[in-house]
Amino acid sequence: MFAAFLQYLFSGLTSGAIYALAGLGFAIIYNSSQVINFAQGEFIMIGGMSSATLVASGVPMPLAISLAMLISMAAGIALEKFAIEPARNSDVVTIIIITIGASIFMRGAAQLIWDKEFHSLPAFSGESPIAVMGATLMPQSLWVFAVSGVVIVALWWFFNRTMFGKAMLGTSHNRLAAQLVGVGVKKVLLASFALSALLGAVGGIVVTPITFTNYEAGIMLGLKGFSAAVLGGLGNGGGAIVGGLIVGIAEALASGYLSSAYKDAIAFVIILFVLFFMPNGLFGKRGTDRV
Amino acid sequence: MATLLEISGLTSHYGRIQALKGIDVTVAEGELVALVGANGAGKTTLLRCISGVQSVTSGSISFAGQDITKMPPEHRVGLGISQSPEGRQVFGPMSVEDNLRLGAYRRHGPSIKADLDRMYEMFPILYKKRELPAGTLSGGQQQMLAIARALMANPRVLLLDEPSMGLAPLLVAEIFRTIVALKEAGTTIFLVEQNAYAALAIADRGYVLETGSVVLNDIGSNLLANDKVKEAYLGL
Ligand SMILES: Nc1ncnc2c1ncn2[C@@H]1O[C@H](COP(=O)(O)OP(=O)(O)OP(=O)(O)O)[C@@H](O)[C@H]1O
Ligand SMILES: [Mg+2]
Repeated sequence: MFAAFLQYLFSGLTSGAIYALAGLGFAIIYNSSQVINFAQGEFIMIGGMSSATLVASGVPMPLAISLAMLISMAAGIALEKFAIEPARNSDVVTIIIITIGASIFMRGAAQLIWDKEFHSLPAFSGESPIAVMGATLMPQSLWVFAVSGVVIVALWWFFNRTMFGKAMLGTSHNRLAAQLVGVGVKKVLLASFALSALLGAVGGIVVTPITFTNYEAGIMLGLKGFSAAVLGGLGNGGGAIVGGLIVGIAEALASGYLSSAYKDAIAFVIILFVLFFMPNGLFGKRGTDRV
Repeated sequence: MATLLEISGLTSHYGRIQALKGIDVTVAEGELVALVGANGAGKTTLLRCISGVQSVTSGSISFAGQDITKMPPEHRVGLGISQSPEGRQVFGPMSVEDNLRLGAYRRHGPSIKADLDRMYEMFPILYKKRELPAGTLSGGQQQMLAIARALMANPRVLLLDEPSMGLAPLLVAEIFRTIVALKEAGTTIFLVEQNAYAALAIADRGYVLETGSVVLNDIGSNLLANDKVKEAYLGL
């Protein structure tokens, strides 16, 4: 009984951590531009596919992982430079549609560059399961937890302890004021796409040994990251993390106790529930502005 | 004194609405110049053009002899143009100290810390509240923060957009005392105000703006004595 629950919990936390990273990616871009980047899932896919195929072709794992992160960041930067930046005077809805188009383009390109097959990456440190109170935990799940934790701490540090991070935050709170103190908002926008792509790639890479990946993997991962971000309150970083874990755990429990057919439906249910009943999400956007 | 800021024939539009209809304004080094005018005259638009956050349709802006009409806003801050905008525009959820440090975003080095201490000395209330979110400050405190944040850029010209707006009379007096102190310390200031009397009383020179055009331009005391100004802006 409890062992089964624990098993579902482990699996939920593992995917939840990836959704949290994707959700943070949504939050960062949303904050710098009010745009919901529907190509976020593609960054996850590119990270997973690049690392998997590089390792399969004989590149040592650490190098393959670093390259995969760079490739995904390059995709993020290219997306901003060639699709978002030229449309910066259009309204937000137009730009959101551009991101949808870009995601379709990236999936098509992935299918051409790679193929339609599933790819995997060897687990980072072995495949022998660890027994925990009747349940089992794969060592790769520990990697997922640890890497996500480190990434979250690093992000916190970046946004709270570096001037550029603070400038990005400042831009999200008040764009005009940021411009007036000398923040280059174009640079902020570019950085937010690069950073979100990096977050996606990291998630995609650590989870690929567990879930495998293919050119379409970004659709569902992006959707779940989006539901994490919406649940936590769009633009709220901490909310996206909590949201990601909730989505992950909810779908693991639903597929464990009900039927695995419900697994992917949970994210939709959560999005609809939030949109109808709590449009600001669990935490809303932090706002203490007094006018 | 040398001209620091020179605006000539400046026009600017919001869509089809023309907000500025050919403005000529100069500000010399060390001067305190006031720009007064009724609601909607175009005062904020002019300051936005000077900072580069509003597009200019024709005319030019030069600063310290350099044409900056097309320069992006962040580079203008680097040159020494700093603005405390209308409505204060503090970074609400961020701490008072972070707001001030962001004011020095284009600068580097230990002089930033010294200037931060100087701001805290000038505005002790900001020191007391330095760890609180800026959005929790009162209106007057936010105004002081907006001015201090603009000063953190170590500007060659300080643009102030209605620093007294919405403040209680006592606070208005305090803000104007601060402006006078800044001028006496040698800061060049371009002050936009609806409170024409107070602004012209402390200004070296003043411009009167009406629906996008400069209609009067004289030394502060002359404008205060001018019948048209008295009637239209001083309620006398
Ligand atoms: N964002 C905008 N979109 C369209 N028109 C605008 C916008 N901002 C200002 N205007 C118009 O431009 C003109 C000048 O406005 P501006 O804000 O520069 O005036 P102002 O002198 O600063 O007024 P106030 O004393 O109320 O601050 C006004 O007619 C105003 O209606
Ligand atoms: Mg105004």
